[in-house]
Amino acid sequence: MNLLLAALVGLLFAAGTWLLLGQRILRQVIGLGLIAHGANLMVLLAGGLAGRHAPLLGNPEPRADPLPQALILTAIVIGFGITAFLLALGYRMHALEEDEG
Amino acid sequence: MNAAAAPVLIPLLTGLLCVALPSRRLRWGVSVTGGAACFVASVWLVALARAHAVVILRFGNWPAPFGIVFAADLLGALMSAIGSWVALCTLLALLAQPHPRLDGFFHGGWHLMLAGMNGAFLTGDLFNLYVFFEVLLVASYFLLTLGSTRRQAREAFTYVAINLVASTLFLVGVALLYAAVGSVNMADLSVRMPDASPGLVRPAVFLLAVAFGVKAAIFPLYAWLPHAYTLPPGPVAAYFGGMLTKVGVYALYRLLTTLNPLRGPEPTLVAVAVLTMVFGVLGALAQEEVRRILSFHIISQIGYMVFGLALGTPQAWAAGLFYVLHHIGVKTALLLVSAAVEASYGTGALRALSGLAHAHPFLGLSFAIPALSLAGIPPLSGFWAKVFVVQAGLQAGEAFAVGASLAVSLLTLLSMSKIFTGAFWGPSPEREAIPALHYLAIAGVGVLTLVWGLGGGWLWDLTATAAERLADPGTYARAVLEGR
Repeated sequence: MNLLLAALVGLLFAAGTWLLLGQRILRQVIGLGLIAHGANLMVLLAGGLAGRHAPLLGNPEPRADPLPQALILTAIVIGFGITAFLLALGYRMHALEEDEG
Repeated sequence: MNAAAAPVLIPLLTGLLCVALPSRRLRWGVSVTGGAACFVASVWLVALARAHAVVILRFGNWPAPFGIVFAADLLGALMSAIGSWVALCTLLALLAQPHPRLDGFFHGGWHLMLAGMNGAFLTGDLFNLYVFFEVLLVASYFLLTLGSTRRQAREAFTYVAINLVASTLFLVGVALLYAAVGSVNMADLSVRMPDASPGLVRPAVFLLAVAFGVKAAIFPLYAWLPHAYTLPPGPVAAYFGGMLTKVGVYALYRLLTTLNPLRGPEPTLVAVAVLTMVFGVLGALAQEEVRRILSFHIISQIGYMVFGLALGTPQAWAAGLFYVLHHIGVKTALLLVSAAVEASYGTGALRALSGLAHAHPFLGLSFAIPALSLAGIPPLSGFWAKVFVVQAGLQAGEAFAVGASLAVSLLTLLSMSKIFTGAFWGPSPEREAIPALHYLAIAGVGVLTLVWGLGGGWLWDLTATAAERLADPGTYARAVLEGR
């Protein structure tokens, strides 16, 4: 499972990089999103394997590590905000391009 | 209220208030007052950090490795104080030459950037540093895109994309460290990292260094800087040029002193520092526009600061920190002069300008002093900063790097005189007015180099104390983890 997830992180980074190197704005934004997801998955992996019990008192061992989940949640929110900003910026570039012919 | 929170809370509240206020005059009043209050609070924090080593704030009163802490040591407090001062001065320059888009949201963005910056300087938690980096960067994205031409949008997109990738590397570095050590608290990390598996720690430190290196614009990660800094209104660029890269430099210092201390010269980093100096200054020589020349010099000067860090002795760190503080004042003053010229004459191209020193003698003076300081002419602060760095370099036996840094100084002088002969000498132009308030803003940051040059002993003592404490992460860790 660890190996599979690690390979998935690598795949996300590779696909994201590939898209980022393209010419079109939308592809680049999607590429950046994929890279960010790769990083989030990496944080999850850093806390140990997936598929453990919820980290509540009374639940049996092994419990999942709650900190990476909190970190990822924060990172997802930040990534969402910046992706929205990038899309708006891309839209503005497009609109200005049409204005200037 | 705990002193460590004030430099973050004050700008945050000021910014929110400015977004809500309806009247333009009221907004400016609140904005400038908030900036001044933030500066006062951070100076107070410097005094506290000097006396008590580390000022600690535990959020929700959770003890250190479990909760998030602010741990303001002397390094963080000093950076926060100078950053707040520069923010205040550049805000005055913006007041002097209002840009059509300076509405409530602009003030909100401005103070959000200040809050993010101070948070990054003061936090004692690595993931929290990532969050504050993002706060700072999101605000900077917004300020960068205040203009609305197609070129600005395109260049801003590149800037955002590069910073986003760097932030992602930062996050991956944090993840690796967490996997290796099981903590994101800086004090906890500094205690437990020596026992962790080097197979995870070394790539983590490398990734973090790359991420911070992008923000600090070191070789070979500086390509974004000269383009990005030509986009925003002049005073905004002055603030970016003075402070934004220094947040990256600060993070590098934090990484390679508190977290993973260097012990003696690190050859790779010394080489990177020298290449940064050389490539920055060569790039500057090829430019024909005041702001572009100054932007390339930021890169070159970053090299000196990283050189101080790379030598890995407390004395060299003190020299590097002195260099950082000196450079923030000088570079902001120079960029504010260029902002004044651009605002009044509509261009910063050397070809189009001449004789500014005749038309505005004081402007000529306020360019010449920081420019000479940048090149390292005594008795200005740049001279002392270079003396300290060179001394530390010779003590560490890095004669080649020291020689390169002196050659770069000469080239800096050359390109400063290129601006001076191009824009300030020659036949006098038709005189355009430059507002007195803009002069006040320039003087506010420019006077630092005079003060620190003629009587900089106390600043050197402060940076030396800060560096000695950096060299002793054990005390820092005990203060944060055990509250002693």
